[in-house]
Formats: sequence, C-alpha cells, structure tokens
Amino acid sequence: MSEHRKRALEAINKPAAYGLDLNLEEYSRNSPNWNETGISELPEPILEGAMSCGVTPKTKERAGTFFQIDHSIVSCAVDTTFKDKAEIMSTKQAFEKYDWLKDYWWNLIPVDTDKYTALAELEWDHGYFIHVFEGVKITLPLQSCLYLAGENIDQNVHNIVVLEPDSEAQLITGCVAHPNLRKGLHVGISEFYLKKGSKLTFTMVHNWKQEVDVRPRTAVLLEDGATYINNYILLKPVRSIQSYPTAYCKGNKSTAIFNSVIYASGSSNIDLGSKVILDGDETRAEVSSRVIATDKANVYSRGMLVGNNSKSKAHLECNGLLLSDTATIHAIPELIGTRSGAELSHEAAVGKIAEEQILYLMARGFSEKEASSLIVRGFMDIRVFGLPEFLEKEIQRAIDLTTKSM
Amino acid sequence: MNILEIHDLNVAVDGKRVLQNLNLEIPEGEVHVIFGPNGSGKSSLVFTLLGFPKYRVLSGKIYFKGRDITNLPTDERIKMGMGVTFQHPPAIRGVKLGDIVTKISEKSHNLAGREKSLAKKVNFPASFLDRDLNYGFSGGEVKRSEVLQILAQRPEFIMLDEPDSGVDVENLELIGKIINELLEQRSGILITHQGYILRYVRTDKAHVIIEGCIACSGAPLETLDHILREGYWWCEKCRSIGKEP
Repeated sequence: MSEHRKRALEAINKPAAYGLDLNLEEYSRNSPNWNETGISELPEPILEGAMSCGVTPKTKERAGTFFQIDHSIVSCAVDTTFKDKAEIMSTKQAFEKYDWLKDYWWNLIPVDTDKYTALAELEWDHGYFIHVFEGVKITLPLQSCLYLAGENIDQNVHNIVVLEPDSEAQLITGCVAHPNLRKGLHVGISEFYLKKGSKLTFTMVHNWKQEVDVRPRTAVLLEDGATYINNYILLKPVRSIQSYPTAYCKGNKSTAIFNSVIYASGSSNIDLGSKVILDGDETRAEVSSRVIATDKANVYSRGMLVGNNSKSKAHLECNGLLLSDTATIHAIPELIGTRSGAELSHEAAVGKIAEEQILYLMARGFSEKEASSLIVRGFMDIRVFGLPEFLEKEIQRAIDLTTKSM
Repeated sequence: MNILEIHDLNVAVDGKRVLQNLNLEIPEGEVHVIFGPNGSGKSSLVFTLLGFPKYRVLSGKIYFKGRDITNLPTDERIKMGMGVTFQHPPAIRGVKLGDIVTKISEKSHNLAGREKSLAKKVNFPASFLDRDLNYGFSGGEVKRSEVLQILAQRPEFIMLDEPDSGVDVENLELIGKIINELLEQRSGILITHQGYILRYVRTDKAHVIIEGCIACSGAPLETLDHILREGYWWCEKCRSIGKEP
C-alpha cells in the first residue's frame, strides 16, 4: 500500500477545520460512463450550463480544453496552434507519462488534511494536468469544466498545473451541476506550481445546485517573480461550500491576488477564504472579497495574510452586503506578522445597503427597487478583475439575471 | 402661477425641529436664492422638498405644480419635474458615473448618447465617465458631476445645494455659467452660503433662513451685500424687529 493511501485511510473520518461536516457514506460511486466526444456534441442542458461559466464549445477560441463529467473525460485537447507550447491531459494519463509528477502530487496539500483530501486519494476521478512550457505566453485562455451529472455521486478530482519559468497562461474553470441533479458532492484538489517569472490568471465560476456540497482544496506555490491572480465567482445557491485556497509566496518578488464575488442565496452554507503566506523578499498580496447574502444564506468570509518576511506587504478587503434579515455574514479577516517590517492591513465591513445611497439615486428618478439593484450590481462589479471581454460579458449576463430576480 | 408653494411647514429630524412655520412661494420661471448661516435649515428644506423619509413633516403642506406632494415618495417628485444637485453626495462603488448619466437621460427624455458631449461641457474627459460615482472625486469634481447629472435630466424645477462650496475660481465660472444657462426658462432654488455663484447666476428673489424659518426676503444682490457687510446678525435683528408687537 502506498504511503499516501495509508495516510488517507487514517484520515477518512477526519472533519475539516471549517464548514459543515459531511457524511461521505451518503454518496455513491455509481455513475454512467460518458464517452469521449467533442464539447459541441454534448446534450444541450450540459452545454448551456458549461457556457454559463465561460466554457465554450468553440474550441478554436481556446488554447486548450479539458471537460470532465462525473468520473469520465469527455474532451481533452490542446488546440493545434499550441501543440508545442502546452499540454493538457487527465492527471491519470499524466502519471503514466511523467515520472516526475509524483514530486508534485500531495506536495502542497497534505493527503491527510481532512476526510475530503483522503477521499480524493482513495476514490480519485481524474482532474486536469496542465503544463505550460518554458518561456511560452499563451495568448488564448485554457478552459476546463468539471461537471456533475450523476445523481448523488461524489466526484473527486485532483488537478495539477505547472507553469515552467517565464511562461504565462490564463485558465478558466467552470464547475457546474446538471439542472436535473438534486444531490451530489464535488471534491477538487488543485496544486498549482508557478515557476520563476511565470504568471497564471485563474478564473473559476461555480454554478451548483441547492443540494450539492463542494469541498475544493487549493494551494499555489510561487517562485521568484511569479504572479498568481485568482478570480472566483459564485452566483447560484449550493448546499455547502467550504474552501480556503492558499498561495505560498516563497520566491522573492512574487505576487498573489485573490478577488471574489459571492452571491449567496437560498439556504446556502458558504465558508470561503483566501490565505497568502508571504515568505520571500518584496512579496505582495491583495485579497478582496465581496459577499452578498440574501434569503437564509449563511456566509463565512475569511482571509488570512501571514507576513514572514520583513519586506512583505499585503492588504485584505472583506465587504459584505446583507439583503435579508434571515441571512448572515461573518467577516473574519486575520493578519499574522512574524517579522517587524511586514506591512499587513485589512478593511472589513458588513451591513445593509446604505439608505443615503438609495435616496441619492431616487433623487435622480430611480425607484427604490431600481436603486437597490444598481447598488447591488455595483457592489458585484467584476470589471476590476480585468477578465477577457467575452468572459466578463458572460459573467455580467449571469449577474444581471441573478440581480433581476432579487 | 406658482410652481412651488410651501404653507406653514414644520419639519423634524429625529425629534429635533429643523423647519418652523416656513412659508415660501416660487412663481413659475423664477429662481430664488436662499441664504442662511450654517445649520439654519437650508439643506433641510431641500431634503424635505425631495421627500427624504428622515425629514418628517409635522404639519403644513407642500404644493408642486398645483399638486399636494407632502407625502409623495422621492422618485415620484422627480418624475413630476424636480431635480437636485447635492452638496455632499455619497460615493457608490461599482456604479459608473457614465451609466447613471445615460440612465437619467433615458428616463427623462428617452434620449441617450449625449454623455460624452455633456461631460465635455463640464470639463470632464470621456474617461471620467468610467469612474465610480463620487468615489475619490475632488471637491470640484463632485460639483461638476452633480451639474452633469442635472444637465442630463433637465428638470423643470432645480434645487441647487451649495454648488459653489469648495470649488476653485475657474470651475466656479464654468459651473456658474452652465447653471445660469440651464435655469433660463426654468424655476428653482439656489442655496449658497457665501454667494460667490451669484456672480454668474441670475436670480429673482432672496430669502434668508434663520433657525428653520424665513427671517426676511428681498432683492438677491442687495440682501447678499447686507449679509456680507453686517453678517447674519443683521437678519437676526431684522427678525426681532418684525416680531415686535
């Protein structure tokens, strides 16, 4: 038995540090097999869901595509133009191809972190391996879609991204549940390695269902001069999400940026944070989260900056807007300085829409409803993310739909 | 005909009286300037006319274009033809000035697409329209943005709350001339503490508000002259004379 497996077996009942504790025995492993086809061959509702997260069937508009439904890969290829620049494949396939992959496996995230990491080891269902070669700047985005279609199954993916020195890439990931799906569990392990001078912009849109539970475990390692930008968008209800992605700014002059926009509705139970560990000289981090909670949603919005270098500097912003008296937002920013020169700061605010702002817009002729909707949409402004135009449009459309039903 | 009539208005904010037995009539086509020391009730009058909920009308009536609007919601009053430029507008993150200007134009005349030329008029580069509403604006930018929004709206009756405070000389002239042009053929109330804007804006009558009621009324420039020479103390005196049996 491998060492990982042994540790996973020991941790399979270990609850996570945060979030709702799930009973893993409730989920099944029975999922029909999906054949490998092109994305455009997929059934309409699946395609639509994927597209709502920025994933497109027009694969010519992407440098590469990875599409997984339940436990099967349905599409996985790099566009011919980018053949000698990057590769994209299932992590299972990557393991057969590269002996060195084992050095990247469970390297940033301990396999025995909790029952979800343990599950991902014991019942591993692919996930993507993305490898961008040295010095290559990929002009088009790469895309991946992790789709949950089977009723009451668990889907446990393990993703690895390696950006070789001085390379640059953009990855769009859509995580979606089928419209007819009731219950399910998605566990996603992601270990990203950003070598010297590389830059990754990672944009993830979550589009789940009211009874789906989601447990991503993400860690990013940044070498000298590397930059990591993480954009996260959640607009649809979910039973529970708990995630606390961590960027390790090990290299000098490395930078991590986390932006998230969360619209928590229904009875969603959301516990999300971003953590940056600043170890290198002149490391920088900016974390900004904007949370809207309505209906009976309960949101924990966490953030942690750890300044372990006297020349590190980071700022954390945590804003919450409450649209209902039955919703709750807990903003929990945390700053830990271990070297005297580290400059760490945070701002946090939770409240309802300011009456002064509503009245100002009403004095321009907007109704109270129009005014609140303008303010809420402004609060969720994604233009600051600097996304590619098509994706910004797509997400803006989703936000418009969400705020319209407010 | 009077476009605005205020009868014996008493208004309180959080239980504190801010307007007392205030009476005012503005005939159609006239612009009245309102002077008064800090905290005398000038802005409270504007907020009451806008129908802000915090400004509770205890008694009295407000008639706009012959209709009793005392209990009308703010947006309804705007639809009837009121407009305002605020002294201290709030910043709203993520809401772009340009989007608001477009929406105001559409709402008021089904007319959009003039944003850039209007912006140019108040000396904003087109890129300024992408800024978040009042966020990080300088004092002068706030006033010009307010004027820009009123230009897009072109209401019949305009309330201008201290458009000249905190504005440098060049912008004062710019704002003053635009306001004067806009007020031609229109009615309104112009609030000014120092009266600088009267160099550029023609007004028909002046009122001085002291402690929430109109202490005296007269010709605009003469009243200003009096105030500048003798201070509001003169109005206090004037009022006490008026009260003598």
